[in-house]
Amino acid sequence: MSTRLATGGRLLNRDRATNFTFNGKQMRGFEGDTLASALLASDQMLMGRSFKYHRPRGVVASGAEEPNGLVNLGKGGGFEPNARVTTTELFDGLSAESQNHWPSLDFDVGVVNNLAARFMPAGFYYKTFIQPRAAWKHVFEPFIRKAAGLGKAPKDRDADTYEHFYSFADVLVIGGGIAGLQAAKAAGEAGAKVLLVEQTATLGGRAPVDGAEIEGQPADIWIAETTLALEKMENVTLRTRMMGAGVYDHGYALCYERLTDHAPLAEGPRHRLWRVRAKQIITATGAIERPLSFAGNDIPGVMLASAVRDYVVNYAVSPGDRTVIVTNNDDAYRTAIVLKEAGLDVPVIVDARPDGGGELAARAAALGIRIEKGKGIAKVKGGKRVEGVALCAQAGEGAVLEEIACDAVAMSGGWSPVVHLWSHCGGKLIWDETQSHFRPDAEKAPTGHDGQPFVSVVGIANGSMETGACLENADATGKSVAKLVGGKAKRTAAPKASDVDEAPMLAVWKMPQGAGEKLRAKMWLDFQNDVKVSDVMLAAQEGFESVEHTKRYTTLGMATDQGKLSNINGLAILADSLNEHIPQVGTTTFRPPYQPISMGAIAGETRGEIFQPIDKTPIHEWHEANGAFFEPVGHWRRPYCFQMSGETVEDAVAREVKATRDSLGLLDASTLGKLIVKGPDAGKFLDMLYTNMMSTLKVGKCRYGLMCTENGFLTDDGVVARLDEDTWLCHTTTGGADRIHAHMEEWLQTEWWDWKVYVANVTQQFAQIGVVGPNARKVLEKLGGMDVSKEGLGFMEWADGKIGEFDARVFRISFSGELSYEIAVLASQGLAFWNALLEAGEEFGVTPYGTEALHIMRAEKGFIMIGDETDGTVIPQDLGLGWAISKKKEDYLGKRAQQRSHMTDPMRWKLVGLETVDGSVLPDGAYAVGDGKNENGQRNMIGRVTSTYHSPTLNRGIAMGLIELGPDRMGEVLTFPKTDGTEVKAKIVSPIFYDPEGEKQNV
Amino acid sequence: MLILTCPYCGVEADETELHAGGEAHITRETVGSSDEDFEDYLFQRQNPKGIHFERWRHVYGCGKWFHAARCTNTLEVFGTYSAQTTEPPKDIRDKISGKRPGWSWGIFS
Repeated sequence: MSTRLATGGRLLNRDRATNFTFNGKQMRGFEGDTLASALLASDQMLMGRSFKYHRPRGVVASGAEEPNGLVNLGKGGGFEPNARVTTTELFDGLSAESQNHWPSLDFDVGVVNNLAARFMPAGFYYKTFIQPRAAWKHVFEPFIRKAAGLGKAPKDRDADTYEHFYSFADVLVIGGGIAGLQAAKAAGEAGAKVLLVEQTATLGGRAPVDGAEIEGQPADIWIAETTLALEKMENVTLRTRMMGAGVYDHGYALCYERLTDHAPLAEGPRHRLWRVRAKQIITATGAIERPLSFAGNDIPGVMLASAVRDYVVNYAVSPGDRTVIVTNNDDAYRTAIVLKEAGLDVPVIVDARPDGGGELAARAAALGIRIEKGKGIAKVKGGKRVEGVALCAQAGEGAVLEEIACDAVAMSGGWSPVVHLWSHCGGKLIWDETQSHFRPDAEKAPTGHDGQPFVSVVGIANGSMETGACLENADATGKSVAKLVGGKAKRTAAPKASDVDEAPMLAVWKMPQGAGEKLRAKMWLDFQNDVKVSDVMLAAQEGFESVEHTKRYTTLGMATDQGKLSNINGLAILADSLNEHIPQVGTTTFRPPYQPISMGAIAGETRGEIFQPIDKTPIHEWHEANGAFFEPVGHWRRPYCFQMSGETVEDAVAREVKATRDSLGLLDASTLGKLIVKGPDAGKFLDMLYTNMMSTLKVGKCRYGLMCTENGFLTDDGVVARLDEDTWLCHTTTGGADRIHAHMEEWLQTEWWDWKVYVANVTQQFAQIGVVGPNARKVLEKLGGMDVSKEGLGFMEWADGKIGEFDARVFRISFSGELSYEIAVLASQGLAFWNALLEAGEEFGVTPYGTEALHIMRAEKGFIMIGDETDGTVIPQDLGLGWAISKKKEDYLGKRAQQRSHMTDPMRWKLVGLETVDGSVLPDGAYAVGDGKNENGQRNMIGRVTSTYHSPTLNRGIAMGLIELGPDRMGEVLTFPKTDGTEVKAKIVSPIFYDPEGEKQNV
Repeated sequence: MLILTCPYCGVEADETELHAGGEAHITRETVGSSDEDFEDYLFQRQNPKGIHFERWRHVYGCGKWFHAARCTNTLEVFGTYSAQTTEPPKDIRDKISGKRPGWSWGIFS
């Protein structure tokens, strides 16, 4: 069993007991524990279930690389799935629940997958669920959905807050082990502005656990002294619980600070995302121990040797009473010595190397530990907990020589430098044959804006396996990097460390070397995703030769730990299967973040009301106070309709349409884009931008214009008014103002930069109100002021003047088909003008209307709407808008494109009106089907619905659509299948349903 | 997250201030051009691993379009210059030649 030792625990505060629950069970730990160490201290080795087979899983590591110990943490608004037990600091009241099992952790129905494991090989999903097609929908998908996903998605709104920090440093040091500390000290002493970040709560890293001595003293003392020295330097900032998450172009780095995860009652944000710009980055990210691949290496109780050592030294936790050590290198002997010195039993050290180890092996032997050289583990015995191991010759096929009872296995397959941050921005790796690992290639570092390297690596992250070498390299790098940023390095010597002589390691990718199929199918590479040696070999056999393909086919390294333990072992197996060298096979791509970071931290403060700034018209507050049902349009919120009490949305829309058609409606049209285009070449410029001729527009007149992209497709439309000899006012769609302004600027700045034109976006400087309906003129005349008579202000004319007390610019334009004035006043006058119109209009039953009534009225008139009738593939010619395309102009944006063969194809779908035979409303986006079927066996499509409404005016469904040869097929009845399997018939008619002669608007 | 210096306002702008506009120095084809030339103009773009000339707009700054000469592989920036030119300025071409003798990009070298 695993238990708490009576003494020791360098990170523990035994005076402060901490209560927590796991699956509802009360447990106790100490301040300084991680959830992993506290669970182990309570003999809770079983912590979860694997993803595919639901096999029992215990903790295997002690840090960020842990693949198994994932729990649901907290409740309600503080709930978080997939929290790693090894990086979760214990606090009083913590509540954790294990994941991926049903009904309980101890008894999991899903473990049947385990029995079926041999039927679920690599690529199982791809192979199995293809046929029969129907089974996918009804059998496979529901089953997989139920079984899929680790943890549960939170249901409640996140109750915590998050924030972003922007920070600038000369030197960012990522990793606070001894190498990081020394590099920061050297750079700091040279005068550089240094930011050092360490992902755990404690500076110093592994050195104290590994028994390192620096400057003749235990590492802990040197770390304390160095930390103190760094804290005293004003130019150095130290942050713990802060992970270097990613390194990006030109010295940009993201760091993830966990402020209150360990103290949930503390004030302030939970996480902070640091957006750092550093001139130079030093990664001191350490190394991760590799597991060994032997049968049963996934049984709870099999752990990394370094993790076992961490638990004993840091947390005074014994993972087992009898721990067998299995290794291919000297480092694991340190674990044997630590266990023995803690009074625990080490029945045997199984060393795969025929010649065994060096100085550490001699020390272990002197402590009386049995050492078996050239041996391996044939298999681990046990189910939910290790019960023993069977030994074999490493060189053989796994014939059992001896069985040894034990309750824990500590394994070491060597160390892999954490090269993630080096690799994020293009740093290349080289394969180190002696250590069997990839390490950074200093010749191929990530480069910055000047083409010079901006990332350096120190310590074991750089492949330095000895303490002394780590410190020397860190010191030299800290100094040289400081010089690059303008610092002056001091002539000081690097700290000295004593190192033991280690025997070379032996690359061991399978144990035993000649293991057969049966053993290989029990050798886990990826513990979380259940990928075994046999799966990778199968993938290679089936032709997945690229490491990236093998990864996706087998899911190796695709779990939440992103293959920190499994990748090197997996690609070694792949290389072996392909008869290639490991560096030829290469690694998968390292992508940020190094560890998952919270969505909250990514969002920072931008959530809720400040997620996105909302544009509000000057009349917005009136809308809010008067029952507006808002819809988002661009960054605006526009009233969809104004609901009165007892009304449905549909009722309100119908009332607004009828009131406007019968008497008087008011529309807040302030959101329409307003661009002033001015200058001697403005007319020439607008002739290029619009399909129409704008240079010939007379001062005082308005013209409806179409704008296309260079690809020929419609991008915007609106009414253009000529204000004076060299000034035009261009109206754009709501939400189109910024885009069209940018479009104009792009052409003016990058193509026609010698044209004298200036564009100003004045959208928000004006409020604009549509005064619409047969009584529109009467209400304006009642307010008094300028001449708005038919003669004084004709259709498609504009004039400046006074309406009542208000300075106004009045456009006689109509998007509804009614007598209509759009009146612009200064934004500051908008609300007052709106209220004046409401008051004056009372006798006419004035009715404010929203966007839906606007849409219906324009559809009744057959006016197109950008985004409904257009979708980025529609040209003006498709919409019967040929009259708005100037034949006289040599060129305009999109003209050449509209001459392409596909654009002039007579079979293009063209705009028509559609009237259902039964008067119902066609479904939006419905397709019309023609005769025959296409090569996929689907019915041929001959058109689609682009706008569809119930017309309150006509009391029937009306629609517009793009139909093959549409205008030539007037009167034909088409069939539109619906999603419920039924069909609806509609007749092709003119798109102008209401007042085709335009008698009502031109009065 | 590149940093580019806006040649108009002189700001060393973070990429979040900028809007990328694709390949620079494209000649507009219009009415009268062949289908092939027009297709090239609309759709064909270089995607080099190495030296590239790009359009950028300082959209959350002075609003000006400018050009950048940089290496897509090493992320080295050789310089930024006005968008109101039909070819990279000589000083920038010389600077690239100093670092990458024999370079070429489109019709420029």
